[in-house]
Amino acid sequence: MSPEVLTPVRPEEVALDKGSGPSGGGDGGFGGDSPDPSERAWSVPARAYRTGMYMALAAITMLFAAFTSAMVVRHGVSNDWAHTTLPRVLWLNTAVLLASSATLELAKRGLWSNESRRFIVWLDVTAALGATFIAGQLVAWKQLAARGVYLATNPSSSFFYLLTAAHGLHLLGGVIALLYLLLRARRILAHSGSGAPGRTAVEVTAIYWHFMDALWVYILILLMTRM
Amino acid sequence: MVFFVLTTVPQSGFGNFALPIQIGAEDMAFPRLNMLSFWTTFVGMAVLLSTFFISDGPPLSGWTSYPPLSAIGKATGPGEGLGQTLWIVSIAIFCVGSLLGSLNFIATTLDLRARGLSLMRLPLTCWAWFITAVLMLLSFAVLFAAGVLLLLDRVGGTSFFIPAGLVVNDQMVNHAGGSPLLWQHLFWFFGHPEVYVAILPGMGITSHVISTFSRKPIFGYKAMVYAMCSIGFLGFMVWGHHMFVSGMSPYSAFAFSVLTMAIAVPSAIKTFNWIGTMIGGKLRLATPMLFAIGFVSLFITGGLSGIFLGQPALDLTLHDSYFVIAHFHMVMGVAAIFGMFAGTYFWFPKATGRMMNEALGKAHFWLTFVGAYGIFMPMHYLGLEGHPRRFSALTGVDFLNSPHLIHLHEFMTVSAFVTAGAQLIFLYNLVYSWLRGPKASVNPWEATTLEWTVPSPPPFDNFAGRHPVIHRYPYEFSVPGAASDYIMQDAPEETKAK
Repeated sequence: MSPEVLTPVRPEEVALDKGSGPSGGGDGGFGGDSPDPSERAWSVPARAYRTGMYMALAAITMLFAAFTSAMVVRHGVSNDWAHTTLPRVLWLNTAVLLASSATLELAKRGLWSNESRRFIVWLDVTAALGATFIAGQLVAWKQLAARGVYLATNPSSSFFYLLTAAHGLHLLGGVIALLYLLLRARRILAHSGSGAPGRTAVEVTAIYWHFMDALWVYILILLMTRM
Repeated sequence: MVFFVLTTVPQSGFGNFALPIQIGAEDMAFPRLNMLSFWTTFVGMAVLLSTFFISDGPPLSGWTSYPPLSAIGKATGPGEGLGQTLWIVSIAIFCVGSLLGSLNFIATTLDLRARGLSLMRLPLTCWAWFITAVLMLLSFAVLFAAGVLLLLDRVGGTSFFIPAGLVVNDQMVNHAGGSPLLWQHLFWFFGHPEVYVAILPGMGITSHVISTFSRKPIFGYKAMVYAMCSIGFLGFMVWGHHMFVSGMSPYSAFAFSVLTMAIAVPSAIKTFNWIGTMIGGKLRLATPMLFAIGFVSLFITGGLSGIFLGQPALDLTLHDSYFVIAHFHMVMGVAAIFGMFAGTYFWFPKATGRMMNEALGKAHFWLTFVGAYGIFMPMHYLGLEGHPRRFSALTGVDFLNSPHLIHLHEFMTVSAFVTAGAQLIFLYNLVYSWLRGPKASVNPWEATTLEWTVPSPPPFDNFAGRHPVIHRYPYEFSVPGAASDYIMQDAPEETKAK
């Protein structure tokens, strides 16, 4: 149902930066027949984006909690659980991912102090490290496959592929968010005051990224103890 | 029905319309995410409906899709090939849509409230949507995980749920070591909160409507909020009561049973408060109120049979019988739908700017109310007589062949037709009133919450640039000394003195 009355309000306020961040973008108002449905004249406080991100992380936590409990139960009820040695490249990947969290913090500092070079360079490095991690995970899969260990070979390998794939896809989302931030880096730097949409986007992306980092450490420990 | 009606309509349908207005916001926090959630859900539904048009036919495993039969594929029957795979894909897409929607609800409720609108001044509808969103957020992720595992069992050759040595239709299944019970645990960890996802928004609407049409503040506002919170919390700890006959340890069954009984406490508080609100009120029996009272009635009837089913010893006999069907259709099926009807009749004037026809509305209510009891009351008796669920014809079974049971079946069938026919009245009323109904004023029900301060239908940004400030609780009816028997939530303090 399209609205009959369209009253743009508070035109003096700067409209939200379009689509700011991985938590779904800042603007919207799909007004059907309105002249420019993407222009929204009211603002949403930055804390709403943080809340949204924390809620998304709560859902992701439940997802991996469910996988974990499935793993524990499947391990417990069966007598066909075989030991699988983890590929060594995982350690390198872990180091790469941990480093990416540090570089993202450096990028954030760059933005906070409005040093555009520092912000862009460290954001570049973070995205590259993220992509390296994903490539490294694919190498780990290759190494397992070379040993003849596939998804359906054994319940332990099933869970290895499942958990690494689920985490990898989530991290890929993070890399895409970083690339998006890079694409809009100029604009983010131009309006980088406290509470500015671009700054919020960087903040929530960082929350997500660090969470993915911690999630990987958790998965690694889980795999080490259960495989 | 469970996923695409009971999960979406009471929460996303009414919530997306009424929540932002009731909290004084222009829109939900993330409109683009909201649209994404809508289209994701739409795609999920399209995938599900597409199974009717594939040569293999639609899936047979039902909404619970218990493995191993749902995990093996074609060998278990028509529709269990591609159809069942598409079912899992559809539900996984649906989970994503629900998660996106629920985080939007939570962020909107927490961060977009108008000035002065503290959490304890929220209309009970908003509380219900908020708690439902939390339940959805935490439970759908688990269903998603279970769906991924089931899909991998079907297409990836893994054995999460398929045990060793399984022979289906004379074919040996090439899997080993999986546990079908693992699915049941994961599924019901989602499945039980899911029934509260269906019913909580109805509870919110019922509370809101009963207070408004009794011209009395809701009895025990805080108790209502805490009762909803504890129903939501306990809802996560009782999934095992769906699995009493699965060979569970009697000690676990006892624990699940006690926790299940505990839900009766907040449920009774809510029922008590609804009745307490109506007692001594100046009741206005308009259609929304009738459906709200109908909700309370169905909730009591269906809730009482839940106390029987929550006891492992009784459930051993009653499990998967018509008694269970009667129970959950009353308490979460028809009651939730009564909540939807109450909400539709209540907010229709606000959404469309026109009133619905009261005479048709009342006819719709009485036929549906009597019809629903006509369908589901006899079902309890059939269940006690041992009639199992999920069979299309049991005419060859001796103990179910007695004439009085068959007459009951006939009576239920007639009731079902009458009830279905009554929905045509509703559809006619809906379409006709939308086109030709009398114009609705700003506040036709003389209610107090913010949606009744804006024109019907509301402007695009709900408040036309105004920023409402809240000065009082949501249900200030019949305040002694006040000029009218209701005071709007945004009325400044001095209104009372007039």
